[in-house]
Amino acid sequence: MKITLKVWRQKNGKTPGNFNTYTLPDVSEDMSFLEMFDVLNDELIRKGEDSIAFDHDCREGICGMCSMYINGRAHGPLTGTTTCQLHMRHFKDGDTIVVEPWRASAFPIIKDLMVDRSAFDRVIQAGGFISVNTGNAVDANSIPIPKEDADKAFDAAACIGCGACVATCKNASAMLFVSAKVSQLALLPQGQPERNMRVKKMVEAMDEEGFGNCTNTGACEVECPKGISLDHIARMNRDYLVSNIVD
Amino acid sequence: MATAATGLFRSSIGRKYLMALSGLFLCTFLVVHLLGNLQLFQNDGGVAFNLYSAFMANNPLIKTIAYVNYAFILLHIIDGFYLAAQNRKARPQGYAKVDQSKSSSWSSRNMALLGTIILVFLIVHMKSFWFEMKFGNMPVTTIEGESYKDMYSVVVEAFSQPWYAALYVVSMFAIGFHLYHGFASGFQSLGIRHHRYTPAIQNLGTFLFAILIPALFAAMPVYFCLKNL
Ligand code: HEM
Ligand code: SF4
Ligand code: FES
Repeated sequence: MKITLKVWRQKNGKTPGNFNTYTLPDVSEDMSFLEMFDVLNDELIRKGEDSIAFDHDCREGICGMCSMYINGRAHGPLTGTTTCQLHMRHFKDGDTIVVEPWRASAFPIIKDLMVDRSAFDRVIQAGGFISVNTGNAVDANSIPIPKEDADKAFDAAACIGCGACVATCKNASAMLFVSAKVSQLALLPQGQPERNMRVKKMVEAMDEEGFGNCTNTGACEVECPKGISLDHIARMNRDYLVSNIVD
Repeated sequence: MATAATGLFRSSIGRKYLMALSGLFLCTFLVVHLLGNLQLFQNDGGVAFNLYSAFMANNPLIKTIAYVNYAFILLHIIDGFYLAAQNRKARPQGYAKVDQSKSSSWSSRNMALLGTIILVFLIVHMKSFWFEMKFGNMPVTTIEGESYKDMYSVVVEAFSQPWYAALYVVSMFAIGFHLYHGFASGFQSLGIRHHRYTPAIQNLGTFLFAILIPALFAAMPVYFCLKNL
């Protein structure tokens, strides 16, 4: 199939960028979206041009690196997928596809489609952990946890930190990500000692990074490749209030 | 404690508590306001409505609630515009192509625009009725030997003008869309979410606050405007 790509090219964070148009005459529908970029980059390198910088790692939907805003949607037209799991059969012969980087002041552009998501790391460093003294490993079943709580915590822990929630949110809010990282610990007994401090510190770090506020549009939940639920945002809203009252 | 409180309300989540509390208070106000105003439809030449509006203007408890209401409206407006400005700053460069229709409702993406329409309406609304009742040169009517400000005839006169009725209808659409998202969103902002109750809250927001209440409010100017034709 023939695909025309309009790709955002930007040398670095300081110089302004613009769209470049590339035509690929022979794209296989079994290719993933990233494989199409591999083919394009191969061609650019052969012609002695600068290849397009984009993030990727696992290419199986679990690392969260492959950030691309495709035709107006984070990770493209499908819901619940990453870019590496998006295949060209979901496009039509002759399509023009617009590809942009995640856009948020908290995610500065490094080059082309690559953005710096270390703001997420700093939010986690602010409180997304459990402090335990090291020693002998404790038996895994020594603390009983209700199955339902364990399942909910596991659902929150499925977040891969891809940033699609921020990219898709009209306010560039990180509430879905932060609430997943708060919830995965708030739901477990091991997370209780630091529960109040954690939510306060992580929300403070989130605000400091310059993410927007939550309008509850719900777009993040729809576009999240791991199906992280708005339930976690509600839990964080509750926990934050409680922590400010008791702590 | 004071610093804790200022810290709380300076945070993004704290500011949303204020938005939700003020917005949901305004929703209860809307219900009470509607129930009172429905007396316009009583076919008694305005007696019931004038008694009601005198009661609203003079009862100390109502007056206190009215001032709380004004404070909440101001808080809601200021906080709303502040949040909207911050949200713009969080994405200085927008996307060239955006397709959000598949992931969120139109209302949820246009709360500030809808709020601004409501604000324009509120200014006109307060000028025509609240300001006139308090400071204006009101006509007077006599009910059972006592004289009352004739709010009824002021309202009927305003509502008989087509442009005024049209402004009301447009504004009630804005309120409807604002609350289609806003009512349920307020609960989410306060952390009130439950797989059993949240669908009921959403239905209440849709059928009562987004449809029935705005429709009844809009019916008043439409009724008097048509009657006058
Ligand atoms: C006077 C002009 C108004 C303006 C400028 C305004 C503005 C806004 C804005 C910008 C939001 C979204 C905040 C956000 O989530 O980021 C909002 C939410 C809301 N508004 Fe308004 N609004 C106005 C009037 C009203 C009125 C009259 C009512 C109720 C009768 C109302 C009820 C609500 C509710 C319930 C929310 C949801 C709060 C939340 O999401 O937590 N608003 N308003
Ligand atoms: S919440 Fe979902 S969209 Fe956001 S970073 Fe985690 S996996 Fe990605
Ligand atoms: S490259 Fe790892 S999720 Fe796409």
